[in-house]
Amino acid sequence: MTLRRQPLLMLAVAAAGVALPFVIPDYRAQIAMLWALVIMAQTWDITGGQTGYNSFGNILFFGVGMYASVVVQRDVGLDYFPGLVLGMVVGAGIAAALAVLLGSMILRMRGHYFAIATLGLGIAAGEIAGGWDYLGAGSGLSPPLFPAPPGTANLFFAYLFFGLAALVFVLLAALYRTRFGLALNAIRDNEDKAEAMGLHTGVYKVTAWTMAAFVLGLVGGAMGNMLGFVDPRDTAFAGATFGVWMVLMAILGGKGTLWGPVLGAVIFHITQELLWTHLLGWQRVALGVIIVGIVVFFPQGILGWARTRWPARHEPREQGSERA
Amino acid sequence: MAANVALLGEAPFLILQLLLDGLMIGAIFAVAAYGMALVWGVMNVINVVQGEFVMLGGFITYQLTLWGVSPLWGVPVAAIVLYFIGASLHHVVIRRVADRDMFISLLATFGLSILLQQLMNQIWGGDVRTAQSGLGTWFLLDYTVTVSQMKVAACGGAIAIGGVLILFLKRSRLGQAIRATAQNPRAARILGIDTNRVFAATYGINAALCGAAGALVVMAYSVHPYIGLPYTVRSFMIVIVAGLGNLPGVIVAGLGLGAAENFAGFILGVQYQVAFVFILLVVILVIRSSLLQRRRQFLK
Repeated sequence: MTLRRQPLLMLAVAAAGVALPFVIPDYRAQIAMLWALVIMAQTWDITGGQTGYNSFGNILFFGVGMYASVVVQRDVGLDYFPGLVLGMVVGAGIAAALAVLLGSMILRMRGHYFAIATLGLGIAAGEIAGGWDYLGAGSGLSPPLFPAPPGTANLFFAYLFFGLAALVFVLLAALYRTRFGLALNAIRDNEDKAEAMGLHTGVYKVTAWTMAAFVLGLVGGAMGNMLGFVDPRDTAFAGATFGVWMVLMAILGGKGTLWGPVLGAVIFHITQELLWTHLLGWQRVALGVIIVGIVVFFPQGILGWARTRWPARHEPREQGSERA
Repeated sequence: MAANVALLGEAPFLILQLLLDGLMIGAIFAVAAYGMALVWGVMNVINVVQGEFVMLGGFITYQLTLWGVSPLWGVPVAAIVLYFIGASLHHVVIRRVADRDMFISLLATFGLSILLQQLMNQIWGGDVRTAQSGLGTWFLLDYTVTVSQMKVAACGGAIAIGGVLILFLKRSRLGQAIRATAQNPRAARILGIDTNRVFAATYGINAALCGAAGALVVMAYSVHPYIGLPYTVRSFMIVIVAGLGNLPGVIVAGLGLGAAENFAGFILGVQYQVAFVFILLVVILVIRSSLLQRRRQFLK
């Protein structure tokens, strides 16, 4: 994807985002989920692809946002929409604060130690939520009912997630062009040199992770309401679904690129919706096979493969090109 | 929580009980951790499937009891089956990711762990399974401390398995080749060692080790499809604390972890025991990184 064609592509995606809920109204829930997955993959890629810090535990922020939002809606006593907005913002705030706190401790670790530490955090959060009565312990919580006929809820969430995905995309596109984005890439390519050049790598890493956490908190808050059920291990801190999906989608599309996570999420979600219902309980087995298959045979992702296939079409200045 | 701590103070036999139970399961942790250190040291792969191998060994033993075979046979049978599973996984997956970025092998083994976990969930269901060994219980100190004979046997079995492995690595031809490859794969190749075969054997031996440990786990404790990751994380922690190739360290850290976990489970409540394991992992990693940080500053 050259820079020249990007505006056209963005326009096409935007048109699809606006029109889809009305073109195929039966699939509004899946459309909403699609955009949510796009955001998850995009935010994972901020640290995973751009900075080279692969997190297994970004689901932590998603789950925190989900729980915080439902608790705010339960305890503050606002109407549905103000409550939802406040809940999402509070959840995102808590997630971001957690990212600053935890990030300043664990982002000092290099590479795989960071990955394993985040894995531990994500699972620990699920275990704690599963034992904490204030959060409904193992049986979880139920968000308030959407105050309108059932079909409109999915329409609302489809546009909410689409808007958020578009906003995140535009902001990230701008961000990756700035000095900040270049600093993240520098950390990925050679952290010691980046530090020797005078970059305060710690600040960059924590900021990047905090941005991801904030957005994931928002997504989690809305997702809890869309699914209508918050459960410690299967929806909120769902390491075996959303948690690993976001890594997988970003890698499938091509990590460290702007469009890769979007592409990966779209392909993954469509494949999943088409095939999953035929697998009857074997879905997660299939997920394991897919992870292994992609990681072993296709680790550079679709855009990474395209770049090696047609190198001429990719200008050297394009964002996130892997030159390591 | 405070009440539980107070209870420990009032009833010292509880401390003894928790300590004994913890040390006995700790021996099994140490065996799994030793296998992880072996694979890590030889192949530079952090094997996230470790816990699933343990679980698979447990389920194989459980399946044997369903067929009317004594679960004691589970130890050798699980070890042999797991050896071949491990060697074939190495052939299909691990050898393709071993020399790449460590995150790739981490993610690939994580995918394998989800795959095996869900496969076992499909085959044996999500229930907690245990294999009856038919051993009884000893009552000590006027019936205040109970010791399950099977747990003692499992602890002894773990020690025996570890001993056999160490002898194997020290004495046998293949064991020497494994250690040579761990020290310097290139030099080992030059001296005529087929390192690819060594890698496959190492991975298979690790799987067999875990399988045998899993057979002990299902007899003395229980298995279900989601115990894998905690076992992996425990092994990882033990290796981090002890360091690669430090056998006494692995034993001490394993036993210590078993005891610490048991006390934490008692004080915080059993529902937080797994959370404790994962939080401890993060804490250990943070401490490790700040120690490294300090060493780095001294170098300036």
